Amino acid sequence: MTQSSENTRKRNERYDKYVKAVTPQSSVWRSLWRAFFVGGLTCILAQGFADLYRWVFPSWTADMVGNLTSVTVISLAILLTGLGIFDKIAKVGGAGSFLPITGFANAMASASMEFKSEGLIFGTSAKMFSVVGPVIVNGVVWSTVAGLIHFVIGFFM
Amino acid sequence: MSIWQTVLTYLIVFAVGGALCLGAELLIVKTKLTPARILVIFLLFGVLLETVGVYKYIFQIAQAGISVPIVGFGASLARGAIEGVKDYGILGAFAGGLMRTAFGVGAAVAASYLVTLIFSPKSK
Amino acid sequence: MKILHRGENCHFVPAFSQEIVRESVRDIPSAGAVLHSGIRRGRQTFIFDDPPKIVGRWTVSGKKEGAGPVGQYIHSVYRDPKMGEKNFEMAEIDMLREAVDGAIKAGGYLPEDIDLFIAGDLLNQITTSSYVARELNIPYMGMYSACSTSSESLATAAFLINAGYIETAACATVSHFATAERQYRFPLEYGCQRPPYSQWTVTGAGCALLSKAGKGPAVTAATLGKVVDYGANDIGNMGAAMAPAAMDTLAAHFFETGTTPADYDLILTGDLGKLGSDILRELMRERGYPLLQNYIDCGTLIYASDQDVYQGGSGCGCSATVLNSFILEKMEAGQYKSVLLAATGALMSPQSCYQGETIPCISHAVVIRAGEA
Repeated sequence: MTQSSENTRKRNERYDKYVKAVTPQSSVWRSLWRAFFVGGLTCILAQGFADLYRWVFPSWTADMVGNLTSVTVISLAILLTGLGIFDKIAKVGGAGSFLPITGFANAMASASMEFKSEGLIFGTSAKMFSVVGPVIVNGVVWSTVAGLIHFVIGFFM
Repeated sequence: MSIWQTVLTYLIVFAVGGALCLGAELLIVKTKLTPARILVIFLLFGVLLETVGVYKYIFQIAQAGISVPIVGFGASLARGAIEGVKDYGILGAFAGGLMRTAFGVGAAVAASYLVTLIFSPKSK
Repeated sequence: MKILHRGENCHFVPAFSQEIVRESVRDIPSAGAVLHSGIRRGRQTFIFDDPPKIVGRWTVSGKKEGAGPVGQYIHSVYRDPKMGEKNFEMAEIDMLREAVDGAIKAGGYLPEDIDLFIAGDLLNQITTSSYVARELNIPYMGMYSACSTSSESLATAAFLINAGYIETAACATVSHFATAERQYRFPLEYGCQRPPYSQWTVTGAGCALLSKAGKGPAVTAATLGKVVDYGANDIGNMGAAMAPAAMDTLAAHFFETGTTPADYDLILTGDLGKLGSDILRELMRERGYPLLQNYIDCGTLIYASDQDVYQGGSGCGCSATVLNSFILEKMEAGQYKSVLLAATGALMSPQSCYQGETIPCISHAVVIRAGEA
């Protein structure tokens, strides 16, 4: 029993090593460059909107300009998702398109559209956060921890 | 603000935003981490930056370069929680993060719903 | 994209399967088919003395498969992936329904003449097959062994017909890119990159009508596979996970029937893809049954290399579509006399993979021989 499971483990290890050696990988430099380029362009676009809003609404606070910028960028990404363009950009951009909040928006919109066939309640509404859930949950939990840490620090100072 | 300053800002935005995405892509290529895990890692990185208080200095230089990647979302959540504590006491820690990010999340939910009503996914 | 190929670059230990071969040889009864209570069989291989014939067949596919190398042999190609239905699941039902109706009609039968309907698909609780069976009014057996369902259903039908319990059976499988994508991966519009070793689920359905009487290529033997797990856990790299299962079944088949790969005009695997079939070649070479020019994978056959499908097709519609269109047509034309089809299936679920389980795989093989001309 132990001998044969040991053999199996060794066999699996060798097989894994072999598979790793023959599995094709995408070109690292090209995918890195593409992620850099697409990610950078997304940020420039957002910066452009931010500067535009600062110029149009000079009386607004920096926070409000930031909020309006995120709303704009998110809506744009969701519109592109609906039109079926976003996943074509993402195919090129990789991390460059899922790391910015545009990727967050795309994940929500794509899940919500995908499960439309199960109806708006059990499909769209129930599954909208199926992909971005981890981000929201971890974000809320750990930001709460951050807040509590600052509460404790403030208590002592 | 001179034209050169603007150009410089945009270059920094491009470089910082691009570099973060490059880092994430490196994790994709070199490790078996899935996009969901990488998003959470970068999000927590943002929470950490804000908690120790260095995020605002980076933001002054990099602007959209740091706030548009998910790092900015994490920092925003943490900023909200920290300010919530200042404004409402300990309960603010639970509400602050969501309050501050509500603009983006709310817009994303509403826009996703609207888009769902109009469009359907296409098979590739 | 840089493709590391087998050969120079691989650190494959040559003694890889020596002890494994000996181990599995030990538990297989003596070579060649043995008589076992009047039935000719080995441990895994069953040889039919009254082999059922494939008298009717029909295939349905999507646009992408229709544009591929075997597209001209596919009976009906739909441009609209939804086939005018409300959702992709209903389109999948329509595809399977059309394949079944087409095969029954092509064989010159009426639905009430069919004794058994055996079908499978990739969706949870194989709903597609059951919904088609709901409309057919034929006794129904649902079958699931992932992408090897196509050969498993052929083998099951052949057992029952050879034993004399039934006269005719329709064996159908279907898969749809959009529904499989939702079930196993991400939403369709979700922006994510596929790794270069991933595969593309075939949108296609195939149905073969087996009958005791009639003329056509005959299913003469079947080798049932064992579940094989070499510890692969990358859900994106199906070819590498399934290749050992194909190796296990093919080696058992050659050993128990006393044949070699050269004895077949064509050896087919279901959906290993380019990478998986390269690995299979390597494994079979180690095992002492090197595969020759006559080996090809249905997944590499169904798409052209410029169709942006990475390693090729996958899904249980893949082997069913290729077999029932291109392969059987060529067999009827006399180009191939004997074909060994070993469809492979990965028996995991997305949940089992998140729970850290490795991917168990299976492969069932059937031998199809052209009828006497």
